[in-house]
Amino acid sequence: MSKNTEFVKFDKVDKSYDGKVLVVKDLNLNISEGEFITMLGPSGSGKTTCLMMLAGFETPTNGEIYLDSNPISNIPPHKRGIGMVFQNYALFPHMTVYENLAFPLRVRKVQKDEIDKKVDKALSMVSLSGFESRMPAQLSGGQQQRVAVARALVFDPAVVLMDEPLGALDKNLRESMQYEIKHIHENIGVTVVYVTHDQGEALTMSNRIAVFNDGKVQQLSSPDKLYEEPVNSFVAEFIGENNTFGGEVTDISKDICKVKLQNGEILANPISVKSKGDKTTVSIRPERALINPKDKMDNNQTGKIEEVIYHGDHTRVRLDLLGNKEFILKVPNSSNELDLKLGNEIKVGWNSQDARALDPK
Amino acid sequence: MSSETKQILTTDGIPLEISLKKAERKNKIKAFLLVAPLLLFLIITYIFPIGEMFTRSIDDKMITNMLPKTFKSMETWDGKELPPEEVFASFLSDFKILVDKKEHGKLAQRLNKEKNGFNTITKKLFRQVKRNKIDETQSIKEQIMKVHKRWRNVEYWQAIKRTAPPYTSAKYLKAMDMYLNEDNKITQVSEDRRIHRILWLRTVEVAFFVTVFCFLMGYPIAHLLATLPMKYSNLLMICVLLPFWTSLLVRTASWMILLQQQGVVNDFFVMIGLVADDNRPEMMYNKVGTYVAMTQILLPFMVLPLYSVMKTISPSLMRAGKSLGGTPFVAFWKVYFPLTIPGIGAGCLLVFILAIGYYITPALVGGASGTLISNQIAYHMKTTLDWSFASAMGLMLLGGVLVIYWLYNKLVGVDNIKLG
Repeated sequence: MSKNTEFVKFDKVDKSYDGKVLVVKDLNLNISEGEFITMLGPSGSGKTTCLMMLAGFETPTNGEIYLDSNPISNIPPHKRGIGMVFQNYALFPHMTVYENLAFPLRVRKVQKDEIDKKVDKALSMVSLSGFESRMPAQLSGGQQQRVAVARALVFDPAVVLMDEPLGALDKNLRESMQYEIKHIHENIGVTVVYVTHDQGEALTMSNRIAVFNDGKVQQLSSPDKLYEEPVNSFVAEFIGENNTFGGEVTDISKDICKVKLQNGEILANPISVKSKGDKTTVSIRPERALINPKDKMDNNQTGKIEEVIYHGDHTRVRLDLLGNKEFILKVPNSSNELDLKLGNEIKVGWNSQDARALDPK
Repeated sequence: MSSETKQILTTDGIPLEISLKKAERKNKIKAFLLVAPLLLFLIITYIFPIGEMFTRSIDDKMITNMLPKTFKSMETWDGKELPPEEVFASFLSDFKILVDKKEHGKLAQRLNKEKNGFNTITKKLFRQVKRNKIDETQSIKEQIMKVHKRWRNVEYWQAIKRTAPPYTSAKYLKAMDMYLNEDNKITQVSEDRRIHRILWLRTVEVAFFVTVFCFLMGYPIAHLLATLPMKYSNLLMICVLLPFWTSLLVRTASWMILLQQQGVVNDFFVMIGLVADDNRPEMMYNKVGTYVAMTQILLPFMVLPLYSVMKTISPSLMRAGKSLGGTPFVAFWKVYFPLTIPGIGAGCLLVFILAIGYYITPALVGGASGTLISNQIAYHMKTTLDWSFASAMGLMLLGGVLVIYWLYNKLVGVDNIKLG
C-alpha cells in the first residue's frame, strides 16, 4: 500500500489577522500519511497559526487546506477528527482521567464497553494504567502531559496536532517525553504535526522539519539535512551553532568559490551565490573546523584564543579568526592534550565543502 | 529497645519543643491582637444586636413583673373553672400597685392582645379601685365578678394565666399567621387576617425569580467580560459597575421615571404602537416593577463572581472540547459550564440572600402587591412600634437565609464558592 504523500496539504495559504500584516505567506506544504513533521521557528513566525488553521480554530485568509484530498476550510473543528495536544495540556479539570479520555468517545456515541477498552488501551500506551479515577490536579506535569497525549489519540484520529506540548516540563522530563512520543508515533503510525521552538526537540523527534520564519517555510527537510545542509543563513543560524563570515564572492566555479572577507580570503561551497560580486554569508559548523588538522584541508587559518569554556564532554574555544571574534570551536574531551591557553595562537583548518556560502544577512 | 527519642536541646539548654512553643505563642498573641479590634467590632455590631433581637422577640417579662402575686397563686389553679378567692385577692393586690404606678393601662393593652375585651373590664375595675369601692374584708372574688360579667367568664382568667411565662413564642406564631388558642394549641388566624404568609411566599418568590433573571442576564455578560480583549472588557466592566457607584435611591427613582404609566417605557410602547394610549400597562407599584428594578440593582452581584471564575478558565479548554469532537454546545455544556458552577453558586447565593431582605426598592416601586417581608418589618419598627414582632420576623428571615446556606452547602459545598 503506497502512502498518500499529500495527506495534509496546505495550498497557497495566506493568513492575516488585522488585514495589514500577513502572518502566514503563501504557504505550500505537503505532509504524508504517518509522517512526524515538526514546524519549528521563533515565536511569531506563524507556525502556531498554521496549526490552528489545520485544527480549525482559525480560517485561512486565502488558499485552502486539504485533509486526505478534501478541502477542510469550511468544516468546523469538531467535525475534522483531528486530535490535538495543547500547550498547557487543557485537561478538563472537573473530570477524572477516565472521563477526560472518554470525552471524545462519548461525543461520538461509542458503546460503553468499547469506551472502556479504548481508554484502557490508550492509558497503557502512555503507561498510566490504574490512574483512571485520578483528577488531573492530582497528577504531576509529566503525567498530565501523557494523559493529554492519550486523549488526543484515543479516538484514533487521522492526524494529531501537538502545540509545544513539552514547553512546561523540566529538561529531563522533556527529554524522556520526547522519546516516549516518538515511540508512540512509531508504534501506531499516526500522522503527527508538531509545533515547537526548541530545535533539539525538533531534531530528535521528526521525520521532517519545516523551519518557519516571517510567515514562510524557510526549509523543509529531514533533521540531518537541515543541520548539515541549511539552505539559507536563517536556517543555519537557527539550527545548531554556527560560525559566520560576511564577504563578497570574487571567483566562482561549479562547486567552489572564493570569498573575500574584510581581512583575508577563504574558499567556500557556493549554495545561494550565483556570480562574482555577490554578497554572501559563509557558515561553518563549529565541529567541522579542526585544530592542527592532520588531513589536508583547503582552508587553513591561524586564530588567537579569546576564551576557553569547559563543558565536560567537550571544551568550547572562542577564537579571534579573520576578524571574527566569535569564532567557536568544539574540542572533544579526548586524551590528546592541546595547549588551550588564552592568547595562544592556534592553527585551524576546514574543508571548503563545509563552508557554505549562503545569502547575506 | 527503648522507644524514647532523645530530647533535643537548644544551645542554652532548654528543650527545643518548649522553646519552639514559646516562640509560637508570641506569634499567636501578636496575631490575636491584630484581629482583636475586628473581633470586638463584630461582637458589638453583629453578635450582640442579634442576641438582643432574639431576647426582644421572645420577651414577655413585662406582664410577668406586673402580676407577680397573681401568677404565684395561679400555680395551683387547674384552669378549668373560675379560680379560687385567693387568685382574685392577689390579682387585686397586684392591680392596686399598678394603679398607684399608673401602669394599669399597659396591663390592659397587653391583656387585650391576648384576648379581646380586657380593655373595657380593666377600665371598669380601675374605676372601682379608684373609688375604693372594693371592701377587702369581704370576698374579693364576689366583688370583682360584679364589676363586669366578663370577670365571671373563665376564659378571661385562662387568658391571664397564659401570659404567665416570661417568654412567649406568640410573635413567631403571629408572623406565620398563627396563635396559641385557649387550649394552648397552635391555630391559624381567620382567613381574612392571614397577611404574613402571603408576604413570606412573595418574598421567596421575588428573591427566587430575581436570582433567575440575574443569572440569565449575568451569565452572558460575564462570559463576554472574560473573553473580550482588555480594552473593551474594561469599558464593559465600568458599565457593569456604574450602577454600583450610583446611589440606590437614585437608581430606584430612575426606574420610577422609566416605568410609570406616563413614563419613558410606556411612551415608547405607545409610540411604536405596541399598546394603546388609553390602555397603558402598569409596570410599577406591582411585582413587575419590583422584578425589573431589583434585577438591575442586583445584577453586578451576579456578574462579578461569575466573571472572576470565568477569567480563570483557559480558552484552550473549549478548544480542546471542540477538537475532541464535541459540538460547540457540547463543549460548552460539558466543559465550560461545569467549571463555572462555583461562580454560579456564589452569585446566586449572594443575589438571593440580598434579594430576600431587600427593602428600599420594593418600598418605592413595589406598591401594595410588590411589598415584601422587609417592608413589613420596617412598618412594625417605625409605625406600630411593635419591635418584638419586627425582631421576630427579622430573625426568621435570618434563619431562612441560614437554612438556604446550609442547603447550598449540602448540595454544592461551600468550599466550591468563589467570590474572586
